[in-house]
Parts: sequence; structure tokens; C-alpha cells
Amino acid sequence: MTIIAENPIKSVAAPSQVQQKVIASLRKRHRKEKLFRSLGLSAVLISLALVALLFINIFAKGIPAFWQSAITLDIYFDPKIINVPQKPVQQADESDNDFRQRDLAWQNQVGFVNFNRLIADSLQKVLPDAAKHRRDLGRVVTSGERFALRDMVVADPSVIGQTHTLHLLTDANIDVWLKGNIDRSLPDNQQQLSPKMREWVQSLSEQGIIQNRFSLALFMNADSRSSLASAGLAGAFMGSFYMMLVVIVLAVPMGVAAAIYLEEFAPRNRLTDLVEVNINNLAAVPSIVFGLLGASVLIGWFNLPMSAPIVGGLVLSLMTLPTVIIATRSTLKAIPPSIRQAALGLGASKMQAIFHHVLPLAIPGILTGAILGVAQALGETAPLLLIGMKSFVASVPASPFDQATALPVQIYLWQGNELRNFFEARTSAAIIVLLMMMISLNGMAIWLRKKYEKRW
Amino acid sequence: MKLNTLTAVLLAVGVVTCSAQAQSSRDTIQIAGSSTVLPFSSVVAEEFGNNFAQFRTPVVGSGGSSGGLRQFCQGVGANTIDIANASRKMRPNEVEACKANGVKEIIEVKIGYDGIVFASRTDAATFTTLEPKHVFLAQAAQVPQNGKMVANPYSRWSQIDASLPDQEILLAIPGSNHGTREVYEEKAVIPGCQTLAEIKAMDKDAAHKVCTAMRTDGRVVEIAGDYTETLARLQAQKDAMGVFGLSFYEANRDRIKVATMSGVEPNQDTIISGEYPVSRPLYIYVKGAHIGVIPGLQEYAQFHISDGMSGFGSVLESAGLIPLADDERAEIMQAITQKKSL
Repeated sequence: MTIIAENPIKSVAAPSQVQQKVIASLRKRHRKEKLFRSLGLSAVLISLALVALLFINIFAKGIPAFWQSAITLDIYFDPKIINVPQKPVQQADESDNDFRQRDLAWQNQVGFVNFNRLIADSLQKVLPDAAKHRRDLGRVVTSGERFALRDMVVADPSVIGQTHTLHLLTDANIDVWLKGNIDRSLPDNQQQLSPKMREWVQSLSEQGIIQNRFSLALFMNADSRSSLASAGLAGAFMGSFYMMLVVIVLAVPMGVAAAIYLEEFAPRNRLTDLVEVNINNLAAVPSIVFGLLGASVLIGWFNLPMSAPIVGGLVLSLMTLPTVIIATRSTLKAIPPSIRQAALGLGASKMQAIFHHVLPLAIPGILTGAILGVAQALGETAPLLLIGMKSFVASVPASPFDQATALPVQIYLWQGNELRNFFEARTSAAIIVLLMMMISLNGMAIWLRKKYEKRW
Repeated sequence: MKLNTLTAVLLAVGVVTCSAQAQSSRDTIQIAGSSTVLPFSSVVAEEFGNNFAQFRTPVVGSGGSSGGLRQFCQGVGANTIDIANASRKMRPNEVEACKANGVKEIIEVKIGYDGIVFASRTDAATFTTLEPKHVFLAQAAQVPQNGKMVANPYSRWSQIDASLPDQEILLAIPGSNHGTREVYEEKAVIPGCQTLAEIKAMDKDAAHKVCTAMRTDGRVVEIAGDYTETLARLQAQKDAMGVFGLSFYEANRDRIKVATMSGVEPNQDTIISGEYPVSRPLYIYVKGAHIGVIPGLQEYAQFHISDGMSGFGSVLESAGLIPLADDERAEIMQAITQKKSL
């Protein structure tokens, strides 16, 4: 008895060979698991740190660019300088075309007015020694603002003779100097601003006449190269908007229809297998290939205009199509067969079963897939470079057939601008705008999924 | 649901038919080509759109002089470009290729001059004694030594000439798609090469071959992109020296400094007077067949070289273009009005 009673105790104190093996290997296995866990964790941490680094870098550079230095001036619309006839009014017996011609002629006449003189005159009131430095005087306000004044006159000629307090954007180099984006201790020959100009800017900003204001120009203007400070994203934004419109109108319905047919109606045979394999392959085709297709087929054969959002939209639709088809098919697959069977059992036709019962349940999934596809298309750059959308376009497109750029291409173009000091920040600001649009699209997809998701 | 899908498909078909209708006409001038001319052309395009209410703002693309001229020569029609920007003269074979494709009227418009500068980072050594000869010796595949041609042995500038700084040789030059490259070779490398006695003794073809052969040990890098890419190369490698346009240097004077060439500092005055050797004319090539079809094309070309746009004290001069003399400008203006073709 005593021996038997002793045995278990003994086995704890001195484990059997098998147990020893297990204990030894257990330690090894635990060590391996620990190693794997720490590797995994460090992989997560490293990638998070890299993303954080990227974001900090972009935001630190880009956020200040949303504010831009502007000068507050009382502009007197001097009738002696703006010496133009009355704005034409359409006569009762005048055709629209004739009136347009007359109006254009009048607008051209307003265009001949030297609006820079209005700006120079009002600058002289705040800068006592301005008359001696006329060259510098012409460079305080960015050159594009004279068109803003012209547009005011064209829109409402009654401003002539009045004084308006306006916030005008200063030259890009003044913005760079005030933000400290150029080293202020550099000698004169390495500075962009003359010593006189720096003195003026210093005193005007101390008086509060030049201030950092939220930059509406960044959102309201198209790109500019003759007046760098007024370069904005409006043209690129509208270009991207039209392209997404084309993608939503073309790729989403076509993709959904194709997916429903393939998933629910198509017979299972070699041909549909081939189609399926090809759709999956199409999703993996590098996007630049679609650009080549757009350049040679759409522009070359179909004679569609170059650099137009319609072509970009068609190319991106092709690229988005497989994404939408694959997402829709997997959503349809996930819907329990019992729904179909119940509908069919109650006497619904196949068509009714799908369109009345299956599809409504699949809509959140389809929408998520479509939105993610559109978000991917929004950020796509490579195919657009090949269809001429990397051109400099100084006007906001009014239709999908007008020349335009897109947001990611605008980032690429600004990145290549010569005035690095100004455009490094501007580029980062454009990146932030694009990122925000992506995040809101993805957020919308998540929200839709959460709101309408059904679990079985 | 079915109806919705149907309408969507119909809409899609509608979009495609609309696009087929829109193909026939175009009312926006399309420009492409040299990235050196691009900033100037963009400024003109913008001012043109702002000054003429009846015309739309032209669209300016890049792609390098060769790329732009190739696009230009694709043919005549709304889906081809109207103007090619070039930082070099059109080559005879390009003119032939153009004519073979039906582009018969090519109006050459010289718009001004631009200098090419050799620049390095502000914290690198200063080059004050650089000569075209040194540029050749730094970039050549083979250099003459003791009467024989040997593989380029130089790794530091001071080995080429004692007066140059003791700094690694690293040259970032424009790729062959850029017109700047041709000017760099014609105005700096080849003249420098031909000052050497050994080269003078060779026959013409052999000399040209030696002069233009570039070393391939990584000390000379061809930059296919624009000047910002060259600048990025300089930012990554302190010792690198880059080839830039004068206007790019002017906009980034706080980051880079220029080397003098044969003792002359590059600026507007020395380029106009011809003292600074490495400068070149800039051109735009207008498709004559499109004048009268694309609204505003002739007016754009005239506006481009008008006094207010590219004369002395003009918008383009402040953007860095070196203006033409007044009588030369008048001559070119006349060529545009008369549609004088190449």
C-alpha cells in the first residue's frame, strides 16, 4: 500500500521519460509562440509607425497651406482708370448670338483695363515710400488678383466709382517668406524677395494688413502658373467628379448586372468558367495597361477628346468593373439558399425570387463593393497620364468633354512645379484633400454595411 | 429593380453616343512638349484665356521636346495636338516624318532664349573655374591620356584640373527625351571635347563618337523626369552636380548655386550678350492646317510673342524667359500672320 501511495508523488518529483519529453518540448513550443507573437506585434507596430510617420509628415507640411497670406486693401474702382462703356443689355429684337457677341466685345474691353493700377494706387496709401520702388510694388499682390477685380466689374459694373475692402492674395514668395519656408538668414542673392520688399512685408504684417487667412483660393480656383499663389484644386476636383460620375453610371450597373447573371442565371459550363477566370485576371491587370487601351482605342479610334474626363471615366470604369463584379458575386453567394428556396417554394419565378428577395438583401454588400471600387478609381493616376490628363489646365471643366486634370494627377503636377518652397506645402495640402475624400468614401461604405447588414 | 438596371444601362449607352457626337469638333487649343517651355507656355495659355473672353484657355501638356514633336507629327485632326513646344530646333527627319503623316504646314515660332546652368547644392563646393573641357572630361567614356584613348580614370573633379574642388564627380544630366540634353551636348560637351589636341587630330566621325560617348560607371545619371527630379537627386547626394534651366535655378536660389562657365556667371545679361555659352533658343511649332479650325490658334501664337507677353519687361521675362530682340520678334510675328511653313 505504501508503495502504491508513494507512486504518484514520486512521479511528480521525478517525471517519466514521456513527461520529460513533453515538458521539454512544451518549453520550446511556448518559446516559439512567444517569438511569433512578438514578431507579429512588432510587424504591426512598425507598419503603424510608418503610417504615422507618413501622416505626420504630410500633415505637418500640408496643414499650414490651408491658410495663406492675404493683404487687406481698400480698392477704389476709379472711373478714370476703368473707362469702359455701359454693359450691353439684350434688346428685344436682338438674337441671343448677337447679344453674346456684343457682350464678349464688352468683356474684352474691360479686359484691356489696367487693374494693376487700382491695386498699386491703394498700396501707395499703406506704403509711404512706394512710388520709389515701382517694380517691387507690382509684385506685392499676386498677378491673378487683377482678374478677380475684372470679374467683379464684369459681374456688376455698378462697383465702378465705389471703394471696396478686399482681401487679396499676396505673391507666393511673400507667403513663403512669412511662413518661414525659406531660410531668412540667407544672403540677398539667395533670397527671392528684394530687401525693400522684405522690409515692407515685415511692417505690413506687423500692422495686421497682411494676415494669414483661410485659403478659399485652394478650393475655388483652377490651377495657375502665371499667378502661383492663386493655384487651386477646383479644376482637378471637378475633373475627378466627372470621372467618378462616369464610373458610377457605367461600371456599377454593368458590374452588378453581369454579376447577377453569372451568379444566378448563367449555366455552369466551360464558357462561364472561362469568363470567370478572365474577370479575376482582369482585376489583377496593372492599371497603366488600361491607360494604353484608352489612348489607342478611345482616343485613336473613337476620336474622343484628349485630356477629357469622359475618356478617363471610361478607362477607370473598365478598371473598376471586375472589382464590382467580384464584390457583388461574393455578396450574392453569402445569401442563404433558404431565401431563394422559400421564394421558389411559394411559387415565385426565378426572376422574382432574385429581384424581390435576394437582391434587396444583397444591396448593402453591393454598395460597399461599388463604393470601394469608386474610391480605388478616385486615387488612380497611372492610366490618366497616358490619356493626356497630366496637362496644365487653367480652367474649371464645365462638362465631361472639357479638358481637365484629376486630383491625384494635380498632386503629381504640383510636385513638379519649379517654385519648390511654395508648392511643397501646396502638394501636401492636395494630398490631405484627396485622403479626406478617400476616408469619407470608405467611411460611407462601412456605415452602409453596419446599418443594413443582416446576420444569419 | 429590373427597371432601374435597365435605365442605368440606357444611360450608359446614352453617354457613349453623346461622346461619339462630341468627337468632331474641339474648341480648346492642345499643346504638348518640352518641360522647359511648359512653364512659359502655361503662363501664356492662362493669360490668353483671361484676355480673350471668346476663346477657351489652352491646355498645356509636357513629355519632352521629342515626345511633343512625335505627338505633333501624328497627323491632322481634332485628336492630334495643335502646338508642340520644343527646347531645340525641329530635326530634318522629324519634319519629314511630319510631312509623311500629312502635317504639311509647320509654322516655326522662336519665342526666346533660355540658359542651361550647372548647379550644385548650396552646402557643396563652389565651382568658379569650370570650363566646357572639364565637363567633357567628367562625363566621357574615354579620355585621351599621353596620346592614347583610355577609359575615363577620373573620380574627383580635382583630378581633372587642380583648380576645381576636391569633390566626387557625380553629374545628373537630362535624359535624351529632353531638348536640354541636345543643347548640353552641343554647347558644353562637344565644344569642350574639341579643344583637346588629341581629338583635333582625329577624323570628324571618330571625334564625334568619342565626344558624345558617355561613361557608364554610374557617375553620370540621366534624368528622364523634370528638373524637380534632378533637384531631388542633389538633395540625396551632396556631391552631385545637376544640369538645370536658368529659370528653375532662379526659383530655387536658396537651395542650389550655379557654377560659372569659362568664368562667366549665367544670368539674363550674360546670356543676351552671348558671353555665357550654354544657352539655346526655345520654339513652339504651330500646325498650320489647324489654323481656322481650332478657334484662337493663330491669335495664341501671335499673343505668345507679342511685346507685352515676351518682350523686355514682359510677363514671360519675369517668369525667366530671355526675350528676343524687337526686330527678330517682328519678323516672327509676320511669319505667323503669313502662315510661313517650314
